[in-house]
Amino acid sequence: MHSTSSTLVLVLAVFGASLVEMVEALTLVVAAGVSRGWRSALEGAVVAAVVLGVLVVVVGVPLVRYVPIDALRVVVGALLLVLGLSWLRKAILRGSGHLGLHDEDKIYARTVASLTAAETGAGPATAAPPAPGHDHFDGVGFMVAFKGVFLEGTEVVLIVISLGAAQHRLGLAALAAGAAVLLVGIVGLLVARQLSEVPENLIKTAVGIMLCSFGIFWVGEGAGLDWYGGDLAIPVLVVFWIVVTLGFTALMRTNLPSGVPEGSTA
Amino acid sequence: MSVISRALRAFGHFWWDFLIGDTPELALATGIIVALAFLVSGERVLGVILLPVVAAGFLLLSVLRARRRVPGD
Repeated sequence: MHSTSSTLVLVLAVFGASLVEMVEALTLVVAAGVSRGWRSALEGAVVAAVVLGVLVVVVGVPLVRYVPIDALRVVVGALLLVLGLSWLRKAILRGSGHLGLHDEDKIYARTVASLTAAETGAGPATAAPPAPGHDHFDGVGFMVAFKGVFLEGTEVVLIVISLGAAQHRLGLAALAAGAAVLLVGIVGLLVARQLSEVPENLIKTAVGIMLCSFGIFWVGEGAGLDWYGGDLAIPVLVVFWIVVTLGFTALMRTNLPSGVPEGSTA
Repeated sequence: MSVISRALRAFGHFWWDFLIGDTPELALATGIIVALAFLVSGERVLGVILLPVVAAGFLLLSVLRARRRVPGD
């Protein structure tokens, strides 16, 4: 029987991770749509989403059915921990000013410039304004949208499979990811531009905290450690990671060097 | 180079980037935490305290390491 708390954390983690990654993917899809035509960009995005969905079924279902739960939890916990620690590291560096924030506007402008240049044959600096959308198939627009959605979505697939399989709730995890993809897709289509207003660093920090909490919990549980309170240890771990993240961010802020390059990314 | 070997290289490259990338200390930390989890799984109090604290310690080390690598610092 799964507790409400771990289910809630699972849904929030998958939804948040999917939201952030899909906002990044949307930037590339919109850039491809504006500069190379919407038909190919949308086809590329849809094909990538279908491939990712197939991956979840092909990899996730056998994992849930055939791999012993304890072994699965150790491997999945380790995977989530690597991912979570890396997200928190970036969040702390960005939150403390050591690293520039992820700038969707810059990425959008750069992608549009390079795609328009590719179409006109001019260099990025002399690129003509984006051509109006055309309705024939455009291989470049298709590939840019496909790669954007596929590469950003791969991390989501890993999180969906890991969190879903280790808790035997693959369907719920996939549903949470699907809801985020749908939300970003609908909002993106309605406004027809990248969503630079989404507080990506905040969401990424929250997801990093949840991934680290699940990661530590499952590594311990898979190894045979009996957590106090069972699944209720997860919210306690979430509080622990919140304190750690805030503390480390404050510590790094007092340690801010001069001359940190604006907009540097990692 | 055949399609299969290119695909295998790309697959390996993806996992290397994903798990290790420019933060090998975090991959090492995870390996140590997994080993520690098995070592202390019988010691309930020690286990529930040690695992999160060690993970947080490695995170701090990684953040400090990144700070030292910031250009212009």
